Amino acid sequence: MIRKLKTFTVQRLEVLNEHGKEDRRLMPKLSQKQIKELYKWMYITRVFDAKALKLQRTGRLGTYASMLGQEAAIIGSAYALRKQDWLFPSFRISGAMLLRGIDMAKLYSYWGGDERGSKPEKGVNVFPLCITVGEQPLHATGYAWGLKMQKKNAVVLTDFGDGATSEGDFHEALNFAGVFKAPVIFLCQNNQYAISIPVKKQTASETLAQKAIAYGIKGIQVDGNDIFAMLKATQDAIRDAGKGKPTLIEAYTYRMSDHTTSDDAKKYRSEKEVKSWMKKDPMLRLRRYMERKNIWNAKEEEKLQKEVEAMVDKAVKQYESMTPAPKEDIFKYIYAGGAQ
Amino acid sequence: MVVLNMVEAINLALKQEMKRDKTVLILGEDVGVDGGVFRVTDGLLKLYPKRVFDTPLAESGIVGTSLGLAASGWKPVAEMQFEGFILPAFDQIVNHVARIRNRSRGAFTAPLVIRCPIGGGIKALEHHSDSPEAYFAHTPGLKVIMPSTPYDAKGLLIAAIRDPDPVIFFEPKRIYRAIKQEVPEKEYTIPIGKARIVQEGTELTIISYGAMVRECEQAIEKIKDHVSVELIDLRTLRPLDKEAILTSVKKTGRVIIVHEAQKTLGLAAEISAIINEEALLSLKAPIERITGLDIIVPLPKLEDYYVIDEKRIIAAIEKVVNF
Repeated sequence: MIRKLKTFTVQRLEVLNEHGKEDRRLMPKLSQKQIKELYKWMYITRVFDAKALKLQRTGRLGTYASMLGQEAAIIGSAYALRKQDWLFPSFRISGAMLLRGIDMAKLYSYWGGDERGSKPEKGVNVFPLCITVGEQPLHATGYAWGLKMQKKNAVVLTDFGDGATSEGDFHEALNFAGVFKAPVIFLCQNNQYAISIPVKKQTASETLAQKAIAYGIKGIQVDGNDIFAMLKATQDAIRDAGKGKPTLIEAYTYRMSDHTTSDDAKKYRSEKEVKSWMKKDPMLRLRRYMERKNIWNAKEEEKLQKEVEAMVDKAVKQYESMTPAPKEDIFKYIYAGGAQ
Repeated sequence: MVVLNMVEAINLALKQEMKRDKTVLILGEDVGVDGGVFRVTDGLLKLYPKRVFDTPLAESGIVGTSLGLAASGWKPVAEMQFEGFILPAFDQIVNHVARIRNRSRGAFTAPLVIRCPIGGGIKALEHHSDSPEAYFAHTPGLKVIMPSTPYDAKGLLIAAIRDPDPVIFFEPKRIYRAIKQEVPEKEYTIPIGKARIVQEGTELTIISYGAMVRECEQAIEKIKDHVSVELIDLRTLRPLDKEAILTSVKKTGRVIIVHEAQKTLGLAAEISAIINEEALLSLKAPIERITGLDIIVPLPKLEDYYVIDEKRIIAAIEKVVNF
């Protein structure tokens, strides 16, 4: 005898389409001011990113991982977090780190090769970003579990790419989160490539969201270029995490730039493919929405551009005028009392 | 004073630290209901049901979540069931646990303890008789301890739990129950990084640690009438107690280093290099290394060829003294 024990479905959330038209039933509650704030943070992310690439090319920054095209996934999720929540970042979420309060000049200094750049200011709930792929979800799970045992009303969000879902630590993190009901949100930025490996070579799974099912936690695919869908999915996940129900959010997006400044994506993907995703640009989409609603115009766009460029230029100046750390610093933090 | 074996001494240390410090957590495979496969955590779940966790069978997961727990203010004491199973967690230990203080310039730390049985001589399966301590002792950011007695095990574990840095605490499983000793019931600490002079001598220094200390003591007992041996138990493998080593070497001029782990790039190589760098002119004979063979530890039928016995130690003593 064969009986059907259980069937599963995988859902995909979309709120704002490519033409900037929203699904009213699913639209998260947002004031005009908040919508403009979302746009502003996406803008900051993009300008910070473009500047970082320029700085790297002129030898003024080290290896850097671009976020181009992923601004909705990054900002939509981070914007949903509350002050008391935590971010355990990968190396491709600098925009969220800025939104959470990381100082921009310091973040540039990190990418410029200065460890002081990964020490957050007091009260900024951001863990140092993790370079190894897919290993910080375990730290996030442990931290969330710790917060829960301290009866704190806070959740932890950790992000990683599609490649990370092949790492054992990713699976162990989802499993531990499920078993110990840790208030954690796993944000997979599925940007279609792990350096040169496309998702279809990464896994035989049709979606990455469905990997949650095996661990008894919720998984959902979200249009990752849709800022409202990302915000809503994260808000829902925060609510559930507070009840001890972790979520895996697969933000279905696209890395419009190279993997890092050491990579050349032309080697493994076509221009046609990249162009097709440019039409789905997450910022263009939100701008279309705002224009449709008559809350945005060319003048405001120009004003924002000037404001953000000035902000980024100021941060770059600050970064480039920083005094190098004293050489003793290389010994200072190996143990509590310094190096042995 | 109570008479305890090492398992009981460690258990007592855990109990007392959990009572003293409400942030101490125990987590690992079978550490709760079962009390651990060696019964080291026996009874703790009953005493502290909210702070002892049977985890899924995933060592990297145990250590990775322990890092997060530690960063959030808890004091995890994680158990790895056997030394062969600590290796799935090696990445988390070396890439993150050891580095988070440095990476964050002191903003975040991982003051956790990873307990792990180690070594052979118990007629076990593959991966249950290895000595991988050098992998860890090589890593800046970690402290590595291996006690050789119940007394030391208790004092060192309490020190490890109270230490602000991550500590790998290796427990030589062949002497888990083989040695009984008077141990104070009260809490006490033994400083990390300090060796113990097991016995003083003038003609030869033997440096060892873990289960091999007992083998050395037995060998020394056999030849005590014609060679005066100073025996040093390192107790901590990182940081090494260089002062204790060099003081003794300068006194005796002859050195044998004994460890169960394989020879190539083992602790003995490092200790020998330190002596060469800092006390070469005190030496009256080449330094002798008595170590495990450079082979994969054999299964029980042939394991005795690998394990160090007092005969090998006595032969080395005679070789060095008669050089």
